[in-house]
Amino acid sequence: MESKDVYAELSSIKNIMERSTRFISLSGLAGVMAGIYALAGAGVAYQLLNNGPADVQLLVAVALGVLVISMGTAIWLSYRKASKKGQSIWTQSSKALLFAGMVPLVTGGCFTLMILSQGNYELIAPCCLIFYGLSVVSASKYTFGDVKWLGILEILLGLIATLLPGYGLLFWALGFGVLHIIYGTIMHFKYDRESIAQ
Amino acid sequence: MKVSLSNFDKAFENRIRLQIMSVLVANESYDFNSLKELLEVTDGNLASHLKALEKEEYITVNKSFIGRKPNTRYQASEKGVAAFKKHLEALEQLIKQQKG
Repeated sequence: MESKDVYAELSSIKNIMERSTRFISLSGLAGVMAGIYALAGAGVAYQLLNNGPADVQLLVAVALGVLVISMGTAIWLSYRKASKKGQSIWTQSSKALLFAGMVPLVTGGCFTLMILSQGNYELIAPCCLIFYGLSVVSASKYTFGDVKWLGILEILLGLIATLLPGYGLLFWALGFGVLHIIYGTIMHFKYDRESIAQ
Repeated sequence: MKVSLSNFDKAFENRIRLQIMSVLVANESYDFNSLKELLEVTDGNLASHLKALEKEEYITVNKSFIGRKPNTRYQASEKGVAAFKKHLEALEQLIKQQKG
């Protein structure tokens, strides 16, 4: 066996192990889009809050709208990225990714709605950020490892926001808007461009 | 440079079999269809390699049904994991030899 064959063998093992455990069709662009939607949503919320006492249901609707459109965009862009490479997006690793992410996310969603119904408005933004961060860290095992840093930063922002009541919307916009745009841009240049070039 | 293949596992001489084993070592278990899609092989081809690994007792098979669809899951056995590790060590040794 030639040494270059040994290297080829080892790299094929590494490649197949990674592809079997990690969902790598996640698109960086989806992160950027999610950030833009979040900033737009924060802008709408800011307007609502500025015009006197805001309708809580309307604010929740805006937040949920941002979540749904962001996830829709992420699924669509991942589907496009995967089909370009002739891969499917509904795989064992994407199912594992969804499950790992959904447990903290759904828990956080329920928890946030409960504290909302008790009128603890100041804790809404920190809760969103902390549970979303936990969800990202948990899901990062099944995709690019770098994703966990996004989650850790979201958790940190959430904790800082807890200490600074009254700035919830600002931290929400920073965490879901600015961080997503920065993270998405980094991921796009690090992973998407090389995979398109291949 | 050629080196001896004596430490290599015959069962892993085939690339597909080695890849199947890599997937099963990296995951708790994997089902037939996901393996097929990941390795881009035909049903018959994959089945025959799985059979060979099963015969060596490197993998265990678990057949069940999801609704009416059969769902066959594969798992690496302890013997299989040990053999896979040994094979990787042999590959590593080969690289070291050639560098040294």
